[in-house]
Amino acid sequence: MAKLIIRNGRVMDPATGRDGVCDVAIEDGRIAAIGENLEATGAESFDATGMVVAPGFIDMHVHLREPGFEHAETIETGGKAAAAGGFATICCMPNTKPINDNATVTNYIVEKAAHFSPVRVLPIGAITKGSAGEELASIGAMKKAGIVAISDDGRPVMNSRVMRRAMELAASYGMPIIDHCEDLNLSAGGDMHEGCASVRRGLRGIPSASEDVMVARDIVLAEVTGARYHVAHISTANAVAMVEFARARGLKVTCEVTPHHFALADTDTVPYDSNYKMKPPLRAGRDVEAMRRALAKGTIQAIATDHAPHAGSEKMQEFERCPFGITGLETAIGLSMEQLVHPGRITLMRMIELFTTGPAGVLGLDSGRLAEGGVADVTIFDPELSWTYDVNKTLSRSKNSPFDGHEFKGGPVATIVGGEMVWRRE
Amino acid sequence: MAVSDKGLLGIEELSREEIEAILERAKHFQPVQHQAVKKLEILRGKMIVNLFFESSTRTRTSFEIAAKRMGADTVSISASGSSVSKGESLVDTLNTLAAMRPDAIVMRHAASGAPHFLARHLPIPIINAGDGTHEHPTQALLDALTILDKRPSLEGLRVAIIGDIAHSRVARSNAHLLSKFGVEVVLCGPSTLLPRELEHLAPNVHLTWDMNEAITDADVIMMLRVQLERQHEVLFPASEYFRFYGLAQEHIDRAKPDVIVMHPGPINRGRELSSEVADSQSSVILNQVENGVAVRMAVLERVLN
Repeated sequence: MAKLIIRNGRVMDPATGRDGVCDVAIEDGRIAAIGENLEATGAESFDATGMVVAPGFIDMHVHLREPGFEHAETIETGGKAAAAGGFATICCMPNTKPINDNATVTNYIVEKAAHFSPVRVLPIGAITKGSAGEELASIGAMKKAGIVAISDDGRPVMNSRVMRRAMELAASYGMPIIDHCEDLNLSAGGDMHEGCASVRRGLRGIPSASEDVMVARDIVLAEVTGARYHVAHISTANAVAMVEFARARGLKVTCEVTPHHFALADTDTVPYDSNYKMKPPLRAGRDVEAMRRALAKGTIQAIATDHAPHAGSEKMQEFERCPFGITGLETAIGLSMEQLVHPGRITLMRMIELFTTGPAGVLGLDSGRLAEGGVADVTIFDPELSWTYDVNKTLSRSKNSPFDGHEFKGGPVATIVGGEMVWRRE
Repeated sequence: MAVSDKGLLGIEELSREEIEAILERAKHFQPVQHQAVKKLEILRGKMIVNLFFESSTRTRTSFEIAAKRMGADTVSISASGSSVSKGESLVDTLNTLAAMRPDAIVMRHAASGAPHFLARHLPIPIINAGDGTHEHPTQALLDALTILDKRPSLEGLRVAIIGDIAHSRVARSNAHLLSKFGVEVVLCGPSTLLPRELEHLAPNVHLTWDMNEAITDADVIMMLRVQLERQHEVLFPASEYFRFYGLAQEHIDRAKPDVIVMHPGPINRGRELSSEVADSQSSVILNQVENGVAVRMAVLERVLN
């Protein structure tokens, strides 16, 4: 007998192409049936009329800050914020303290998540010890402990030889390698995108070339090694063009974009407001346009938030002293609807793909689909819902979002993980 | 943002009318500098805090003298020897000072935008005395006043600003101000110190790497110091700087016959200009310093009254 039945939602599943109004019955943590007018005596019923019922969304790029920076976020608070953003699965980057560069830290994260996070947490392990870019981390042992990819996110692997070896290893383990593409010599000291706005404001710039140079290098190495290579938070028109070129050549190259990089340009920012400070920085208008086009075209496989919580005091400083990063879990669906679906740049199905089969494909996960008998991870969202984001009500421990007070059309309504409704809009 | 409601953060956001109003009042205060008794009562009972997180001789002294001539009380604090050196955050320092209810804070800081950031979080007016490589509004105002001492109006003049443009808040503020008055602004410096994007800073701003081109037919030549303290890498070989971007007497002949030579100070003789030029009849460098007091009196009056 079904435990939960989602009635009359528009069930959309990019994996099968299914798109129609029907019911979804959930039992024992699995999807028992998908169909019209399902029998479900005694089951709890959720009326999803007017809403979209999709596979549980996956955010493959999140910073949970635990262990080490629990004042900014924990696995529990980050997990709750993810659920409130409509995500059933999140991947956490290894730049904690200590860095997740060995199985002990991986085990700690997995254990903590099992007990405290309402959503699934899949750790990403470091490429190099301490993410220092020199000596390879315990990649095999971390894989046994549960990592799904490797990355030194927050930092690039500057040494090309080390990157090559890491790619070779990643390929042998069947895992993707994710690079934070930034030539540190070119970006040194920069606080925002190098362009008219940075020059006008007297801020040091992070040139687009600092990303382009590294994407180019990595693509060359991906060809040499045959690795599955993924560009984290892609932000420049040139980088997207190079990924497109690499994919056309048949290389296993993928990339993700954050909502803020397809929503905002450098000139849209409030001067010296640290809630607009992140890496990569918000780029020029032509780059934002390139992101939108690449999302429509298929060059970009995933939307990922790069949720980067920072405590208020860290962000209440002179702009050049503030750390990089903004929160993003709770605003991802709203921004994607506003910037991509409502203006007609992509279809609703394509957006769902970017949150489900897209990232699942990059990581090689079998989740991100709605299959009878499959795990019941479900995201329910309302494409027309009017709501206002209030950072004071965030479930994250940090409030560093530039979208405070922003009015959205379209947003998550409920998140189901393993058959349990872990979050529901009040 | 009007001058009166929230201090003075920059020139960019000021209208031409607001600038004219300040310059009018500054002209009114110019004769005060030569009176036997220089103290006015306009700002009697007002308390102004001068907060300098970066070293400064002329700007800090100038603000202090301006405040005193207006009849206000002043307290000056420098970063060394303050709670900042004990690790207090900028916001906490400013909140502490604001709790003592001064009427305005004059602030210099090495970080671009530091006063703008504080202005969003403090109820007290903040006057920007230079923020990083962003703006130095009172310098541009005193430069305009100094030009107007020698020319009937700014309209149609050609002003060459030469040197380390990239790191210069003086260049940015001056370009904004002069552009609003229809001046042709030529920014000149080595390519590594002259970001191309500056061409879009304001209307009528042009860039060149060629000093002779910049100076030809100029009404005003503003020389800038090479700000080594803000450069994190070698951007131009020091040994050949003067040869290509230093102002010498032979350059002056290319400019208008009555050209004036300006410099925001401190000057490095033999680096960006020759001693001969610095001490020549064309030089108005000390007039700039003198006008600084009158301009800052006018600014304090606008912000506090």
